[in-house]
Amino acid sequence: MIKNYDDLISLASLYKKSLDKQRKKVLICAGTGCVAGGSLRIYEKIKSLVKENSLLVDVDLEKEEGIGVKKSGCHGFCEAGPLVRIEPYNYLYLHVKLEDCEEIVTKTLKEGKPIERLMYNVKGKTYKTQEEIPFYERQTRLVLHNCGHIDAESIQEYIGNGGYKAVAMALNMESMDVCQMVIDSGLRGRGGGGFATGRKWIQVLSQPNHPKYVVCNGDEGDPGAFMDRSIMEGDPHKVIEGMLISGYATGAHEGYIYVRAEYPLAVNRLETAINQALEYGLLGDNILNSGFSFNIHIVQGAGAFVCGEGSALTASIEGERGMPRVKPPRTVEKGLFESPTVLNNVETFANIPIIISKGVEEYKKYGIENNSGTKVFALTGNVVNTGLIEVPMGTTLREVIFDIGGGIPNDRTFKAVQIGGPSGGCLIFDEEHLNIPLSFDSLESVGAMIGSGGMVIMDEDTCMVEVARFFMSFTQRESCGKCIPCREGTKRMLDILEKITVGKGTKDDLELLYEIADTVKNTALCGLGKTAANPVLSTLEYFYDEYLAHVEDKECPAKICKGLARIFIEPSMCKGCTKCGKVCPVGAISGKVKEPHVIDSNKCIKCGACLEACPFKAIKEV
Amino acid sequence: MFEVNFKEKVDEIILGHNSDKKKIISIIQEVQREYHYLPEEVLVYIADTLDITHSKIYGIATFYENFSLQEKGENIIKICDGTACHVRDSIPILQAIYKELDLNDKKNTTDDMKFTVETVSCLGACGLAPVITINDVVYPKVTPESVVKLLKNIKMEATV
Repeated sequence: MIKNYDDLISLASLYKKSLDKQRKKVLICAGTGCVAGGSLRIYEKIKSLVKENSLLVDVDLEKEEGIGVKKSGCHGFCEAGPLVRIEPYNYLYLHVKLEDCEEIVTKTLKEGKPIERLMYNVKGKTYKTQEEIPFYERQTRLVLHNCGHIDAESIQEYIGNGGYKAVAMALNMESMDVCQMVIDSGLRGRGGGGFATGRKWIQVLSQPNHPKYVVCNGDEGDPGAFMDRSIMEGDPHKVIEGMLISGYATGAHEGYIYVRAEYPLAVNRLETAINQALEYGLLGDNILNSGFSFNIHIVQGAGAFVCGEGSALTASIEGERGMPRVKPPRTVEKGLFESPTVLNNVETFANIPIIISKGVEEYKKYGIENNSGTKVFALTGNVVNTGLIEVPMGTTLREVIFDIGGGIPNDRTFKAVQIGGPSGGCLIFDEEHLNIPLSFDSLESVGAMIGSGGMVIMDEDTCMVEVARFFMSFTQRESCGKCIPCREGTKRMLDILEKITVGKGTKDDLELLYEIADTVKNTALCGLGKTAANPVLSTLEYFYDEYLAHVEDKECPAKICKGLARIFIEPSMCKGCTKCGKVCPVGAISGKVKEPHVIDSNKCIKCGACLEACPFKAIKEV
Repeated sequence: MFEVNFKEKVDEIILGHNSDKKKIISIIQEVQREYHYLPEEVLVYIADTLDITHSKIYGIATFYENFSLQEKGENIIKICDGTACHVRDSIPILQAIYKELDLNDKKNTTDDMKFTVETVSCLGACGLAPVITINDVVYPKVTPESVVKLLKNIKMEATV
């Protein structure tokens, strides 16, 4: 039980010392990606090998005892997992397999020698340390600082690395001054809206009603995003610390973390962290003898994207259907249980301890005017280095996609980037867009948004009409059905997009599509509906030619839309075996035995059955 | 008819949440973990015990995607069709699984109740796209061929 500020500081230096005593550390990534690749088995294997070896090599016993084998949070370089980092050398081993463990222990841990074949290698150059790898070199890992570097399940390591110091500092300040500090830092909500966090807090502080609540939105439902998941899994104490500070600053004594049910590991790590914090007296009654009490509950979502919206999320915690309501009153006045509520995203809370402990001036050195700090992005899709990255606000798309992401794989060319999930937009590849500094305001000006930070890269083989259809089918399915523009509008837009992708669209449809999109954008009740049309509007703006090709030439330039494909038989290759005619479900294929057959394209439904049936590969699809 | 002795278990779950109406979602979640779906009798029983209307509990159970009113198979396969997986060709994987298990988008549980196939919007493992999960174990970077192999292995294990 930590009793006060001095207690915490002395405990921190104690933990720091024992951490330093571990002269060698093996950090095995235990984020979802690497766990899927078998990293937990690697952890067990290395742990037992270390034990075995120190028993065998008795002269080195004392030295070997200092090896710390840990499960860390997500290192971010998911493409190359399972990842193993070895300190103090800072070697990063990629694609580690169980068979490699023996060598890691005997060669690297005992002799300090690198194993080059496990290291990052590109164009003949081997990168020994993690920090040298271009993927990491160009990042600024502030929020993700601990992810991959400390044991995600250990409060000692968190404290040893300066954790919970920010809470102790905040508790020595006035609530008002904490709010002011967050305002001065310029921090804007990382969940997508970009609302000034400190302003939200001060509004809750000024509400006369009690109780007040702090709610952490961990309902990261955007397809293509996993930033919050990685923070909750890799550094859960930072989220708790941020919520604690928020509670003190606004006068709340109870906090809720709403985590989507698809993230069982995050729930698990948060539960562990909350129990540890309770045990250390960093949660519960009279924290650090300050008189301030705070408790945190975890609520699991049940699979509704719309619950990422504030009023729907609070309704869901209250045991209702997660449907947004008309605002005002806003969440800061009447949020959870009709009480004043601070609602922030996971990443926003993770920024708070940094602001308090580093100070406003230092924090504002990161980022650009009106967009201070860093942003975590999930870089996925058709890009060489997929994974989790963190860059200062204002970094250009070009730096993210080509310098950190390593460009497009398989000699393809870059076509578009989709930012902000189903609420965001698709940006085209041109000089102007690639040089956009990533910030809340600049992206909005081109019809996209930062959203929660999902960034999906698409190459030339991606059909943008199909992408728009894909997003619309998502929002249509997730629409809660409360307001008509969203419920009916998304359905109608989806109908039209489906019509276009199967080759039945007309030019009039494009106009109607635009009209509906514009109406839904302007009249829907909540953020989900208001932004649902963004993928349609942005693809219509930047990829209008592709839409035209679908409706006028009846052609899909990327050759993705099956309904627009044309299937024909190459007469010179056809032996007239009649197999294709027998499998065709609509009788579109005719011809005599041992003579070339033909497909009647008016009857053909493009099911592809004949393609599979032909033993001579005489049937082609274009 | 669903097993008659569910009351004891369900009472235990409800009491575990202090019979609090506001915890209804957590209660249903726990019930579903127990039975893998939400049998009608159980929903009615919960509503009556907590003194809420049948329509309300039905409304909640049908609103959230994670809840199922239909009985599911022993093995639950989830195919991620989030953006990252979608652009890395998740649909051919779904089709391969449908074909292997003789299912389609209308019929998603096999007759022998061994497999249920679902698509999900995003599992948050986008760095490893395309991914599927079988009973919550994540399988990264799958291909139509590799999933068929996986399914064959599960079927074989079941018969051994």
